[in-house]
Amino acid sequence: MSKTFKLDGREIPFETGQTIMDAALAAGVYIPHLCHNPEFAPHGSCRVCVVDIGGRQVSACTAAASEGLEVDNSSEAIQETRRAILQMLFVEGNHVCPACEKSGACQLQAVAYYTGMLAPHFTHFFPRRSVDASHPDVVIDFNRCILCELCVRASRDHDGKRVFAISGRGLESHLVIDSHSGLLGDSSFAATDKAAHVCPTGAILPKGRGYETPIGERLYDREPISIVGDVRAHEEEVV
Amino acid sequence: MNASATVTVEGFVAESLATHGRDPRHLLQHLIRVQQRFSYVPDAAVEALSVALDVTRTQVRAAIAFYAFLHDRPRGAFEIRFSDNITDRMLGSRRLIRLLIERLGLTGLPAWGRDLVRPDGRASVGLASCTGMCDQGPALLVNGQAVTNLDAQRVDRIADLVQEGIPLERWPGEFFRVENNIRRRGLLLGNPATDGAAVRRLLDAGAEAALAEVERSGLRGRGGAGFTTALKWRFCREAPGTDRYVVCNADEGEPGTFKDRVLLTDYTDLVIEGMTVCAGVIGARRGFLYLRGEYRYLLPHLESVLQRRRAEGLLGTRILGADGFDFDIEIHLGAGAYICGEESALIESLEGKRGVTRKRPPFPVTSGFDDQPTVVNNVETFLAAARVVQWGGYWLRGEGTDQSAGSKILSVSGDCARPGIYEYPFGTPVHQVLSDCGAENTQAVQISGAAGATLSPADFDRIIAFEDLPTAGSFMIFDHSRDLLDMVRNFAAFFAHESCGFCTPCRVGGALLRNLVEKVAAGQGSEYDLSEMRRIGTVMRRASYCGLGHTAPNHVVNTLDKFPLIYGRRLARASHTPSFDLDAALSQARALTGRDDIGAHIGDGSEVSA
Ligand SMILES: Cc1cc2nc3c(=O)[nH]c(=O)nc-3n(C[C@H](O)[C@H](O)[C@H](O)COP(=O)(O)O)c2cc1C
Ligand code: SF4
Ligand code: SF4
Ligand code: FES
Repeated sequence: MSKTFKLDGREIPFETGQTIMDAALAAGVYIPHLCHNPEFAPHGSCRVCVVDIGGRQVSACTAAASEGLEVDNSSEAIQETRRAILQMLFVEGNHVCPACEKSGACQLQAVAYYTGMLAPHFTHFFPRRSVDASHPDVVIDFNRCILCELCVRASRDHDGKRVFAISGRGLESHLVIDSHSGLLGDSSFAATDKAAHVCPTGAILPKGRGYETPIGERLYDREPISIVGDVRAHEEEVV
Repeated sequence: MNASATVTVEGFVAESLATHGRDPRHLLQHLIRVQQRFSYVPDAAVEALSVALDVTRTQVRAAIAFYAFLHDRPRGAFEIRFSDNITDRMLGSRRLIRLLIERLGLTGLPAWGRDLVRPDGRASVGLASCTGMCDQGPALLVNGQAVTNLDAQRVDRIADLVQEGIPLERWPGEFFRVENNIRRRGLLLGNPATDGAAVRRLLDAGAEAALAEVERSGLRGRGGAGFTTALKWRFCREAPGTDRYVVCNADEGEPGTFKDRVLLTDYTDLVIEGMTVCAGVIGARRGFLYLRGEYRYLLPHLESVLQRRRAEGLLGTRILGADGFDFDIEIHLGAGAYICGEESALIESLEGKRGVTRKRPPFPVTSGFDDQPTVVNNVETFLAAARVVQWGGYWLRGEGTDQSAGSKILSVSGDCARPGIYEYPFGTPVHQVLSDCGAENTQAVQISGAAGATLSPADFDRIIAFEDLPTAGSFMIFDHSRDLLDMVRNFAAFFAHESCGFCTPCRVGGALLRNLVEKVAAGQGSEYDLSEMRRIGTVMRRASYCGLGHTAPNHVVNTLDKFPLIYGRRLARASHTPSFDLDAALSQARALTGRDDIGAHIGDGSEVSA
């Protein structure tokens, strides 16, 4: 008999060493997430995956599953916390969804829909951020970066390159690129890198393929993220 | 002082590498030296360090951007930073900053993270979070050296010294005098003397017996969280690993705390003895003292004590002749980051990286420095542990309460006649501290720093103890002449500035909170903004990744509960006030279209409904 814990009343089996997120994903239960990607070590930075265990909030992607836990993944209180976190992510950057190439296939947007976020709510910071189009195959729009560090981890742990890093601190934290000029075109980055295919938002986009799939027919236009899952699992289809 | 033309950046870096080694974990220490020497970290140093230490230049640059005391562009040859804690402000620091700026011919006012630099490179003026001199403020740092007891004359004189380019070594010594101001001594402060007695006791009785005494004492960590010290040591002792480490957390970043500074000054041997005993118990051969950059003036003193103890056989190989008991301590400097007091961020910083909190578990006791079992304890904890091993667990138990054995050292500042260091048995009520330090007409006490709790007079019968009012030691007093919103504004700016930026709620929530506090202070807030502050505070408390974000909204939520008037009397009438002026935003469109009739205007903010 395998060990189990309860998620919204449903028994979820798990093995020692698994996180709540691992076990839930394996059981086909959706817990919203942005900085998590099962291919990389858990990070715990976006906080969108918060769940409640007996009045204590933890991130499902980093908290170990254990026998007999009762995890709340869908109460209004938990969704409200997630909504606020998403609203924070939206006002921190510059997200112009209706005009964004990634719209409809963007995890940030899809998770926002899932949690019922209807408006950015907080006062926008309108930071001045740049777009880096120096690379022949890929463009980076820093306006849409949510600092999930997936590209950082993919480049370091998978591509063996260390192209990306986070610099600064607090609200000044920002993604930087390791090259003499700080530009992607002068780095060792290649479109075939794993790091080119992990971004949950439209911050890292391939060039020359704009609006291939019309808006309205894109991944999350058709089905919610809780059904179809992460955008990276549909790479071929949507990019 | 300033870069003399004779030493090139490359030459200086080469020398630093030759003297202090090429371990990539020493990156931060090299950067601090370069910053000291050249008033910034030039590109040439970034390149040289990245090659020599085999780290990416991005990692080097990211570290420079993270630490408040490192810069990628030149600051002044005299780099001046005023301590900007609320206690400094209460002692008139803002006026003195303006005076110095004027005297140096600068314009504007510095903000957190934004320094004023004189075009000729002679001087720069900036702000620092609390520099730990609250009992003798206002204070500033000049090229990393603390200057205390500022007043108009002193600031005038500093301006002259800067204008004349007099090197720091020739500035009046009294400027740099730091007092201990110990006002009340108890168990720990009563007697600074030691002659290695705790280490001897450890060797006589054995590690298990020493640990048993620490267990018996019930000693809990003095850094704030109050984790049982013996348990931490035991976990570490029993954790699998090839090496083990002892780390003394001398980051003392909590605004209003300065007791560790005093312990490091006059009780140095006892603190180091505590670290040594811990090393003996857990089997560590190396230890680190992580000293906040603000206390760098203590370096020569600390180094000399370490040196003397090595000579006395109390540190180094075969301590007191015991085979296999080898332990030595290195001092690592911080560079202006409050988060580096959080133990896992501290370890990241020890390893030369940005001080971002690590994922836990694993906890440092099983996977700390170099992923090996590591004990991180506060300065005061080590001091107490040394005495416990020397005098036995019952000695500590003789004072305090059930759950809080022994005494607590408080750093008292703010509105009172006798600010300074006070040691009390746990269980002492707040009002006793207030009457001992000569506080009158007290409106509020902020206990345990900006991250702690705001107490109103209704709380003054409560006791200082883990079971009631836990504290890392900060005790800031506000009398009725103060507007507590000034405190709230100060702390909100502090947390927005000190968030490491890793997680969303703290990074964004802290900035939103600061902006709302400022909006209310400017008389533009409404009830709606107050409820927004609560909502953001709740999300930060619940969802943040580490203790910084969990505690950052405390001061706002506490004051909303206990001192609603400081907000209420400033609210604009409407239940909602927009954060920007819609009508003003349309002025450009009006100019372009040439229309300025009534239909081209939107009513003023207070009429716009939510
Ligand atoms: C944001 C933050 C800042 C901290 N700053 C300090 C500090 O300056 N000094 C300290 O001893 N502990 C600090 N701590 C607590 C440490 O993480 C840790 O609990 C402590 O050093 C453990 O020592 P103790 O068990 O002896 O108290 C801080 C914690 C947080 C979350
Ligand atoms: S660019 Fe994309 S993957 Fe990289 S940190 Fe930003 S949002 Fe995450
Ligand atoms: S709460 Fe999050 S952002 Fe704030 S200091 Fe901790 S990890 Fe960094
Ligand atoms: S997905 Fe768990 S914190 Fe980001």
